Amino acid sequence: MDKVLRDKRAILLFVLPGLTLFLLVVIIPMFTSIYYSLLDWNGFGDRTFIGLKNYYELFSGKVFSFNKSIINGFYLTFLTLLFQFPMALVLALILSSEIKGEGFFRTVYFIPVMLSAVVIAMLFQRIYDPNYGLLHMVLLKLGLQSWAEVTLLGNPKTAMTAASFPILWQWVGYHMLLLYAGAKSVPTELREAAKIDGAGPVTTVFRIVLPLMLPVIKVCIVMLIIGSIKEFDVIFTMTKGGPVNSSQMPSLVMIETIFRRYKYGMGSAMAMCIVLLCLLITALLQKIFDRKDP
Amino acid sequence: MKKFNIKNTPLYSFLIVVALIQIYPLIYLFFFSLKSNSEIFGGNVAGLPTNWLWSNYKSIFSNSDMPTYFFNSTVVTVISILLVIFLGGTVGYAIERMRWRYSKLVLTIFLLGIMIPAQSSLLPLFMNLSHFNITDSYQALILPYVSFGLPISIYIFTGFYESIPYEMEESGCLEGCSIFQIYSYIIMPMVKPAIATIAIFTYRNVWNELLFAVTFITKKAYKTVPVGLMSLRGRYSTKWGPIGAALLIAVLPSLILYFILSKQVQESMTSGAIKG
Repeated sequence: MDKVLRDKRAILLFVLPGLTLFLLVVIIPMFTSIYYSLLDWNGFGDRTFIGLKNYYELFSGKVFSFNKSIINGFYLTFLTLLFQFPMALVLALILSSEIKGEGFFRTVYFIPVMLSAVVIAMLFQRIYDPNYGLLHMVLLKLGLQSWAEVTLLGNPKTAMTAASFPILWQWVGYHMLLLYAGAKSVPTELREAAKIDGAGPVTTVFRIVLPLMLPVIKVCIVMLIIGSIKEFDVIFTMTKGGPVNSSQMPSLVMIETIFRRYKYGMGSAMAMCIVLLCLLITALLQKIFDRKDP
Repeated sequence: MKKFNIKNTPLYSFLIVVALIQIYPLIYLFFFSLKSNSEIFGGNVAGLPTNWLWSNYKSIFSNSDMPTYFFNSTVVTVISILLVIFLGGTVGYAIERMRWRYSKLVLTIFLLGIMIPAQSSLLPLFMNLSHFNITDSYQALILPYVSFGLPISIYIFTGFYESIPYEMEESGCLEGCSIFQIYSYIIMPMVKPAIATIAIFTYRNVWNELLFAVTFITKKAYKTVPVGLMSLRGRYSTKWGPIGAALLIAVLPSLILYFILSKQVQESMTSGAIKG
């Protein structure tokens, strides 16, 4: 059998198709992007090597739309950490406490995760409609006439927050489910032992359940932050980054720079900034959590 | 075990309110997909439709390109799922079960891929596709979908292969099977749950994907549902009913899949994240 499992020809046939495709479509293009990001190039004419000049321009804040997009990326992160994550955690803790109907609620909360972001974005455009939208009607019923007529997505002051809400809404169920699985994996004996020692439900959660859930919490927070930085679908569909860059996101600026303004070098530098930001944040969070988690 | 009692009423009210918030937008969508503009503009925004206008669905099927988009999405999704399973299964098998020097290195390359966002390869990929004149084709989407799907697929497969006893291969050898026969007739049937998990996970990602679809496809003939919906929006900007119908048609396969296999879907969607 050893001979069969060491068969070089078979190994090549098993590995090569997948590996070749992966190298050609994911790995090599990533390095090509690094090279492009060092060029001044419009895609057709000469490629001028300009070193780190693109990055210098991005970091020194000369590209307004990109600055705004990074700020918005962090703003979305902030919203997810402030609203989405605590909500998901509370729901997960309630549902994991042997409550009646936990399966039903879990299944319902998860439904939006299955929907396409484009559908969700277009649906919320109707919900936000200042004349006939659902939100308009609700605000009218509550007697908030002046609020009801705000064009949420057309106003630079409100566009980013309004476009963020569907994202929070869609993914809350996903994080709830991850955290729920984490909470469920805490051994019941530990909870019971805490009870016998006289700990109330709140103490049990803070002293026993949450510390044991730290690995899952780490995964959730990493995904929340990276997801916010990379966000594209909902905001592209709803506002395309407008009005006047108020809801701009890094991926949107990148696409615009490449495919509308034909600045291939600059666009690639933006792509690399997104990659770097994601890697840095992951590494940083690993460090923070590893220190807390002996 | 706690049973329902009066003390729990606030807790249940909270859970029910959240459930309504999560599900009501879909009900609202279903209702307005069956209404005429005059009904919506006449003030019936949230209520049941007075006349159930199924003709909105008919007009989306016969007067728009939705059937084409739906067909394209189906082709791209099915082929991507098959390839992700086939390629991921074989690479994963070689890495986990077979003995060769670089298996760890290859695994590391693929697992690093989990960290690489699609943005990083978008432009070079676009250049290559244009070079071979295959933007606006099914391949233009299938290639990146399969490649970016492989890392998770391999990760899940290797986890399942790990738990299979080596006696399975041994018995295959004694019967005189080749490694390919062992793989297809003995190993594959044993990892059906992995296949289901990967199929569902890949389905959700591919059916809803937008970034590649919107940059690589400009011709109507190859647009997938998400991109197609965005172009329908222009044409039906003031017609709420038909656009609602189109949105609902777009999510119907996902909803049906979820209602039939909700537990399995929940498991697959989280299985990729457990490792972190």
